[in-house]
Amino acid sequence: MSITQRIKEDVGGRWMLSILAIAIVWVPFANLVIPNDSAMYVSTYTVTLLGKYVCFALLAISLDLVWGYCGILSLGHGAFFALGGYSMGMYLMRQIGERGVYGHPELPDFMVFLNWESLPWYWLGFDMFWFAMVMVMVAPGVLAFVFGWFAFRSRVSGVYLSIMTQALTYALMLAFFRNEMGFGGNNGLTDFKEILGFSLQSDSTRIVLFIISIVMLAFGYILCRLIVTSKLGRVVTAVREAQSRTRFIGYRVEHFQIWIFTVSAMLAGIAGALYVPQVGIINPGEFQPLNSIELVVWVAVGGRGTLYGAALGAGIVNYAKTTMTGAFPEIWLFALGALFVIVTLVFPKGIVGFLQRLKYRAYDDG
Amino acid sequence: MGRFGHTPYSQSRPTGCTLAPHRQLTRWLFQLGIVCLLIAPMQAFCLDEFQAAIDALKTKSYEEKTTAAVALAKINHPKVLDVLNAFLNGNLYKQKKTNKLVFAQKLEGGGFAISDPTTGVSLGEVRRRHVSKIGINNRLRRTVRGLVAGLKLNQPEPEGRIAAARSIAASGVAELQSVLETQREKETEPKVIEALDTAIVVFNLDAQDEVIRLNAIEKSAKNLDGQVRIKLTAIALDKDMSEDLRIAAEKSLHAIERAVSRYKFIETLFFGLSLGSVLVLAAIGLSITFGVMGVINMAHGELIMIGAYTTYVVQLLMPNHPELSLIIAIPAAFIVSGLVGIVIERCVIQFLYGRPLETLLATFGISLILQQAVRSIFSPLNRSVASPDWMTGSIEIAHGLSFTLNRLYILVFALFVFAGLLLVLQRTRLGLEVRAVTQNRAMARAMGIRSARVDVMTFGLGAGIAGVAGVALSQLTNVGPNLGQGYIVDSFLVVVFGGVGNLWGTMVAGLLLGVMNKFLEPVAGAVVAKILILFFIILFIQKRPRGLFPQRGRSGES
Repeated sequence: MSITQRIKEDVGGRWMLSILAIAIVWVPFANLVIPNDSAMYVSTYTVTLLGKYVCFALLAISLDLVWGYCGILSLGHGAFFALGGYSMGMYLMRQIGERGVYGHPELPDFMVFLNWESLPWYWLGFDMFWFAMVMVMVAPGVLAFVFGWFAFRSRVSGVYLSIMTQALTYALMLAFFRNEMGFGGNNGLTDFKEILGFSLQSDSTRIVLFIISIVMLAFGYILCRLIVTSKLGRVVTAVREAQSRTRFIGYRVEHFQIWIFTVSAMLAGIAGALYVPQVGIINPGEFQPLNSIELVVWVAVGGRGTLYGAALGAGIVNYAKTTMTGAFPEIWLFALGALFVIVTLVFPKGIVGFLQRLKYRAYDDG
Repeated sequence: MGRFGHTPYSQSRPTGCTLAPHRQLTRWLFQLGIVCLLIAPMQAFCLDEFQAAIDALKTKSYEEKTTAAVALAKINHPKVLDVLNAFLNGNLYKQKKTNKLVFAQKLEGGGFAISDPTTGVSLGEVRRRHVSKIGINNRLRRTVRGLVAGLKLNQPEPEGRIAAARSIAASGVAELQSVLETQREKETEPKVIEALDTAIVVFNLDAQDEVIRLNAIEKSAKNLDGQVRIKLTAIALDKDMSEDLRIAAEKSLHAIERAVSRYKFIETLFFGLSLGSVLVLAAIGLSITFGVMGVINMAHGELIMIGAYTTYVVQLLMPNHPELSLIIAIPAAFIVSGLVGIVIERCVIQFLYGRPLETLLATFGISLILQQAVRSIFSPLNRSVASPDWMTGSIEIAHGLSFTLNRLYILVFALFVFAGLLLVLQRTRLGLEVRAVTQNRAMARAMGIRSARVDVMTFGLGAGIAGVAGVALSQLTNVGPNLGQGYIVDSFLVVVFGGVGNLWGTMVAGLLLGVMNKFLEPVAGAVVAKILILFFIILFIQKRPRGLFPQRGRSGES
C-alpha cells in the first residue's frame, strides 16, 4: 500500500489534518492581519495557548502509539516530555548569555548563584542549536531504550510495567528537584530571551513557533499512522492482543516493544521541546506522576488506538481545564476525577468510539 | 533574743503540775535553756554570715563574685537557693540609695518591683536608675548553675537529682566534688548512681593526682557522656600530659567511639524499621486488594487519608480524652474507610474486573474526587492530631540511645495489624474464600464460592486496613488532603517488590525498604537515597518480575 493510499483510508486522520491545515493558515492571519478590535482577531495569548494544546496533542499521540497499539500503559511518559523540554531549555538558557541577572557570559544565573566555577560537562554543546535539537530526541530516546531493554527483555508487562514507569518519573522528579543536579533545582529553567536570535516575546516568533508545532504534530501523526499501518505495526498490534502467541509464532516481541517505546519517547521529547519556548519555563513539576496520569486520561477520553482520538482528547480536556480552573478552581478536580470514572465505565473507547457507535447505529437503521 | 526566758517559763507551768520527779524536771528545763542559749546566737551568726556572703556579691570583679557565690552556697540558710537563682536569672540588683542587695522584677512601665532577699518583704517600686544589676557572665553562670545543682542534689525526684549531677559536672566547680561523693554514698537509685559516677569521673579526669586521673580515664571507657568525651579528647591531645595518660585516654576514646557507632547502628535500624512499619501499614491493604482482585487501587492513599481524618474528627468530638479518642479512632477509621471502599467497589470497580489498566484510571479519578472533597470539607490546610501522653517523649534504652515512643508504638501496632490480618486470612471462613479466589477465581466459583461477595468483603477489608494505617500516620505527620498521595507510589513498590498477594512478602519488603532507606540516607542524603531505592526496585523487578516471593502454581502464570 502506498503512503497516500494509507492516508486516504484514514477518515479521522483526514479530518484532523484538514483542521490543522485550516489552523496553520487562519490563526497567523487572524493574529497578524486582522485588527485588534475585530471580533475575528486572535490574541497572541490565545495563539500561545493553542500552541500548548498542539504540543499536548503530539504528546498524547506518542502515548497512544504505545498504549493504544502495543498495550504498554506508560505512566511515565511525562518524563520523556520533560527531558525533551529540558534539552530545549538548556539551549535557551545558553542563549541568554550575558543578559542574565548576574551577567556571567557563560554560566546560567542559578549556577552563578550556587557559586559554580564552570559549566558541568553535560551542559557542553547546548549552545549549538542543532546539538540541542539532536538531544531533544536522543535524551528521551536513550532513557526509553535503556528502560525498555531492561523491562521488556525480562518480560515485565501490564500493571507491573505501569508501576515501574511511574517509579521512573517519580525518581527523575526527585532528582531534578535537587540543586546539585545542575538543572536549576526547584525553579527549573526560565527567563528565556531568544531562540536562534529571534525574541521569544515578539508576536511573530510566537506565530512561527505555533506553525512549527502544527507541522510537527502533522508529521508525528503521519509517522505514527505509517508505523501502525505497516507490517511492523501489524506485529505490534498482535503483541497487544496476544503477547505469548506472537512470541510463539516466532517474533521477538521485546524488540518490537523496545523499538516502539523508544520512538514514542522521542516524539514525546519533541513535544516537550516545542512546549518549553511557548510557555517560557520548564521545571521538575513536569515529572510529577500526576501529569503522566493526566496524559493517560487525555488519550482515554479521546479514544485510544486511533491516534487522532488522542489528539482530540488532549485538546478537549486541556480546553476544559483552562476554562474550569479559571472559572471554578474548586470544581476542576471533581470534574477531572468524574471524567476518569465516566470515561472508563461508560465510554471505554472514548469520544471517537462513541461517535463511531452512533455512526454504525445510523448505518444499521438506514 | 526573746525566746530565751520566755520559752522555759511558758513551758514550765503545765509541766510543773505533773507528777514527774522534781529533779528530773529541773534538769530538763536546764537542758532546754542551754539549747536555746546556743541556738539563738548561732542563728544570729548565720544570718550575719548570710548577709555578709550576699553583700560580697556586690563587687565588680568576677573573680571575687565567684568566690562569694561559692562561699554563699556553703551557708546553711533557706534563702541561699533563691539568691543564687535570682543571680542566675539576672534578677539580683543593688539598690543605690541603701547600698543593699535586692531582688528586682522588671515591671511593664520600665520600673522595678524590689523585695528584700532575706525576708522576702516587698520594698515597693523604684525607677530603673535607682538600682544597678549584679552582672553575671557565662563562665560565672556555669559555676552558679553548678552551685544551684549542688543544693538541689537532695531533692526527692530521681530525675531532678540526675539533672543536678549533670549540671554539676558541666559547671566544673571543684568544691562540689565532695557534695557529689556524699550523695553517691547514700544514693540508692541506680540511674542516679550512674549519673553521679559520671559526674565524679568528670571531676577526676581533671585531678592533679596521676593515679586518680588514670583510674578515671580507664573508668570512662564506654561512658557516652559529652563532658567525659571532651575531657578525654583534651587529655589525648595535650602534649604536656604523660605518655601513660595520653595512651589510656586514646584507648578509652576508641572504646567510646565503638559504643557510639554501635548505638548509631541500632538507632538507624530502629528508624528504618519504623519507616518500614509505616510502609507495611500503608501497603498491606493494597496487597490484599491487588492480590485477590488484580485491581490497581490508586485511591488507596486517599483511604489512608480518610482514616487519618477520621482520627481528627473523633478527636474533635471528644477533645478532653486524647487517649480514649485514639483508641476509638482505630475501629472508627476501619469502618469509615471500609465503607468508602465498599462503595467504591460497588459503584465502579465491579464493572471493571479483568481490565486492570482501566481500574487504575477509574480509581485514580476517585482519588482526585476524594482529595478535593476533603479539601472542600476540611479546608486545604493541614490539621494536627494530638498525641496521648503515653505516646509522646522517648524511652532511654541506655545512656545515649533512646527510642521515640510514638514510633515504637507504631512499629508494634503494625505488627499487631499484620498478625490480625494473617489470622483473618488463615483462620476464618472469609480468609479461606479469599485465598481460594486469589488462587483461581474460576475454580473457586465452581466450588460454590460467591466470588462477588468475596470481592466486596476483600475490598472493604483492604480499605479498612488503609484507614487503620491512617490512624497510625496521624500520629507521625500532620493530616492533610495530600497525605495519601505521598504513600501511593511507595506502597505499590512495596507490594510489587514483595510479590503480589503475599502478606509475608509485603511485610519483608516494607521493612527491608525502610531499613535500606535509613541506612543509605546518611551516606547519600535523603533524596538520593530515595532515588537509589527506586532504581534498585526497578532493576530488581527486571530480574524477578514477580517480586521477592512469587506466587507459585497456575495463578502465577497469567
